[in-house]
Amino acid sequence: MKIMTCPVNGPRAISEFSYGGEIRTMPDPATCSDDAWADYIFNRNGSPGVKCEWWCHTPSNTWFVAERDTARDVILRTYLYTVAS
Amino acid sequence: MPWRLLRFALSDKHPEPRMFTRHDQLKPAYDVVIIGGGGHGLAAAYYLARDHGITNVCVLEKGYLGGGNTGRNTTIIRSNYLTPEGVKFYDESVRLWQDLSTDFDLNLFYSNRGHFTLAHTDAALRTSRWRAEVNKHFGIESEVVGPEVVKKAAPMIDLSCGGHAPILGALYHAPGAVARHDAVAWGYGRGADMRGVEIHQRTEVLGIDVAGGKVTGVQTNRGRIATNKVLCAVAGSTPRLLDMVGIRSPITIHPLQAMVSEPVKPWLDPILVSGSLHVYISQSARGELIMGASLDPYEVQSTRSTLDFPEGLSAHMLDMFPFLSNVKVMRQWAGMADMTPDFAPIMGRTPVEGFYLDGGWGTWGFKATPVCGKTMSYTVANDRNHELITGFTLDRFRNFELTGEKGAASVGH
Repeated sequence: MKIMTCPVNGPRAISEFSYGGEIRTMPDPATCSDDAWADYIFNRNGSPGVKCEWWCHTPSNTWFVAERDTARDVILRTYLYTVAS
Repeated sequence: MPWRLLRFALSDKHPEPRMFTRHDQLKPAYDVVIIGGGGHGLAAAYYLARDHGITNVCVLEKGYLGGGNTGRNTTIIRSNYLTPEGVKFYDESVRLWQDLSTDFDLNLFYSNRGHFTLAHTDAALRTSRWRAEVNKHFGIESEVVGPEVVKKAAPMIDLSCGGHAPILGALYHAPGAVARHDAVAWGYGRGADMRGVEIHQRTEVLGIDVAGGKVTGVQTNRGRIATNKVLCAVAGSTPRLLDMVGIRSPITIHPLQAMVSEPVKPWLDPILVSGSLHVYISQSARGELIMGASLDPYEVQSTRSTLDFPEGLSAHMLDMFPFLSNVKVMRQWAGMADMTPDFAPIMGRTPVEGFYLDGGWGTWGFKATPVCGKTMSYTVANDRNHELITGFTLDRFRNFELTGEKGAASVGH
């Protein structure tokens, strides 16, 4: 994995990007239990597989989504995040 | 040619005993099954057999002995950590290391070098003082020294680091040492083997049977084994194993890369570490420079290497030692490190009865090999966490009681 395609700026060297971790859904802090909150802030899915992750193209500060196979270190797809309607 | 070697070549049978007994078949049941034939797993097997009299034990290894992070680290041993939990734990480990060669009757090439953590900024110097005070409180040799002491110990160093990161001082830890890492796995393995422990290489765990919240067996590619106790000691694969028993954890896997240069004449006695330049370096008994840097910045579950790594590391290395510019890099490799949010391991009992975890060893596992074996064998034998590991249990995350070990290797702070 040497080149990543930014959805706005096109293919760029991987050194221009920073990793933001897997996309996760935050539970409502006002209503969820302490256990559910601890699970959200600490626990991660550490097994290999295809994951949807946050990445940022640092020079243009563009945050986007990358689908990446973490066992083979191959990027499958990148796209801008859209809120599901 | 030495006579012993000639005799070896002419003989039909092996005139020398093999290092380990070969077992063709797995038994249907064991008292304890240890997953992972690296330093930690084999040390636990050794102490289970030697100190607790539990010998109906088998160690399962997917590849070959010591082929994971035991054989991929940069072999540094030290105890100048930052938290009281860390300091006590690693100090016990350093003490065990010092007698290990005698214990095994095998030369581990344990070599006491002295360890400098270089400080290039006021903030780093302040952390060094803090670490030195915590260390001294627990009776560990650790002190802040000036740049002239660094220069005296490593005369080839450029104290200005190319002019952009001048060395202001260092944390000096006299007991810092290096050892031959493969020999550690072999020594523990042979010691366990001689006491009746079975070591099965090329045996992969495919699943762990849990019934009513208790471990009942292990599924392998060579059949099922019945057991009530499983110790998981698989750096880099811990999340996969935890998925098999349905435990969630904060562990993520990042590759940690290292490289060695061609062998050169001995010129560097101490071990040097720079957090700001992301460099650690020592010279092996063969004359190779063993060099490491920081973790890869994103999650990957493979031991692939990248070109960015030697490029970046070499640049920083030349800041410190400009005269190395003509020395060639001989090889590079990577290991998969189990990273935790507080840079402390995760050890001990788990919510699944009979499933014990020795994971989250990130970038700091090799130096802890003896004490992990000792404390985990106690924990498995008595079904009770050893007092030295109570700060490292999995439920510290659920209880919001993190350990915060910023003295770990390759961590910028």
